[in-house]
Amino acid sequence: MADNHTVSAFDQELNALKTKVLRMGGIAEANVAAAIQAIVRRDKALADRTISSDQRIDVFDGEISELVTRLLALRQPMAVDLRFIVGTLKIATDLERIGDYAKNIAKRTTAIGTAVPTQPMHAIPRMGEMVLGMVKDVLDSLSAEDVEKAVAVRDRDAILDELYNSVFRELLTYMMEDPRTITGCTHLLFIAKNLERIGDHATNMAEAVYYIVTGKRMHADRPKADVTAEISDPSQVA
Amino acid sequence: MTALDFTTHTIPLEGKSKISAKNVNLWYGEKQALHNINLEVGENQVTALIGPSGCGKSTFLRCLNRMNDTIPSCRIQGDISIDGDDIYAQSLDVVHLRARVGMVFQKPNPFPKSIFDNVAYGPRLHGLSESKDHLEHIVKSSLERAGLWKEVSDRLLSPGTGLSGGQQQRLCIARAIAVSPEVILMDEPCSALDPIATAKVEELIDELRENFTIAIVTHSMQQAARVSQRTAFFHLGVLVENGPTEGIFTSPIDKRTQDYVTGRFG
Ligand SMILES: Nc1ncnc2c1ncn2[C@@H]1O[C@H](COP(=O)(O)OP(=O)(O)OP(=O)(O)O)[C@@H](O)[C@H]1O
Ligand SMILES: [Mg+2]
Repeated sequence: MADNHTVSAFDQELNALKTKVLRMGGIAEANVAAAIQAIVRRDKALADRTISSDQRIDVFDGEISELVTRLLALRQPMAVDLRFIVGTLKIATDLERIGDYAKNIAKRTTAIGTAVPTQPMHAIPRMGEMVLGMVKDVLDSLSAEDVEKAVAVRDRDAILDELYNSVFRELLTYMMEDPRTITGCTHLLFIAKNLERIGDHATNMAEAVYYIVTGKRMHADRPKADVTAEISDPSQVA
Repeated sequence: MTALDFTTHTIPLEGKSKISAKNVNLWYGEKQALHNINLEVGENQVTALIGPSGCGKSTFLRCLNRMNDTIPSCRIQGDISIDGDDIYAQSLDVVHLRARVGMVFQKPNPFPKSIFDNVAYGPRLHGLSESKDHLEHIVKSSLERAGLWKEVSDRLLSPGTGLSGGQQQRLCIARAIAVSPEVILMDEPCSALDPIATAKVEELIDELRENFTIAIVTHSMQQAARVSQRTAFFHLGVLVENGPTEGIFTSPIDKRTQDYVTGRFG
């Protein structure tokens, strides 16, 4: 993408931007992985490291905004360059949000304590694995300008939403069976919701990658299967 | 040397076509400068012609009011019509054609006459004014439409060459519109102007679109993006791509277009 411009400094700047976004993505991905680990193992130290690591993501976000602003002003990019520059700005915003969700998840490590029985806990790594796969693949799709991979990430979002819905039901069931688990399960519910949101941001990123590479919008029929809003009355769930 | 790629990508014009060029080929002596150009210029639209130096933009533009007729070595083939009238028909009066299709050049070129006479020149030549009052009215309204009236109303009798570059170019636009053409051709009209004068001319172009059809050659992609509704990209005498301006600059279809608009041509 960033090669062979008549002005070669522009190539270097575009490459620098891409590198920055991918590095930011690497940290966001690592933080999500670490947050899940911290929850599962109730590892307070790991949670703290994850929380403080979020700052690095924010720094990248700021640097990317500056670089993008400079490129727009100085190079007046067109076509694929314009799509790439604007797309990376959107992607950085999504990564920044993903970082925030990872931080939120890590913060629950202490609160959750030992309140949750092991059985409901299993839902989290199950969702986490899927979400991490999406984040990793969407970053790969950006790196390699791989449209098919981007589409596959978007398609997985529906499965993730279904998984979230089933986790939601499962946790409600636990809470109804044993009200002592309500506090812990509520934390897990929030964590599951955060993971589901990370999947949405990975999907946004996949759409951005698709647009950068092809210049077209990804087909509009984005699968959406989060129906928990309709089943929020617990009496209908059991 | 690699073979020339003759592919043209056209996103069809929506709305009425004013100028229609079909299978236009053009040679300067032995050298072919245009290869089978097919292009529709939409009525009351600005169509930008872009492409690297020497690709044939000016050559094509000059075909539209038969300016190439004055070049002895030039030979043209194909059909060009305005509102369905074949402009290369035997019976066509070229002087009348140039009244229908006005032209503004790269360097402002006012005649060495007064501001008034510059604008009055065309109407006088074509016998368009019925009286002195009428001529004065044409001059005033042309200067107004060119956004110059306020700046020159108190010195209509001073020489046009005494104006600033940007004012001179707007004077040339006033001169072009004084004969009420249907089409205005502009060949890099802002390349000799500073950014503020350029912005004024661009704003003017946008206003003129209401009453005229405009084709503009420009080397500034930002300018093409700002003023035009449709863009045609030429390369090595071939029309590579033409369609809505937004598409050309955000997601061009042909790699040659992409390379040019992103600055990848060596
Ligand atoms: N009067 C002429 N006699 C011979 N060749 C000509 C003449 N005018 C133009 N050409 C050639 O025809 C080709 C197209 O020229 P043209 O002036 O149309 O290019 P252009 O796209 O307007 O370039 P620029 O952006 O530099 O103005 C060039 O190779 C040029 O050398
Ligand atoms: Mg030219």
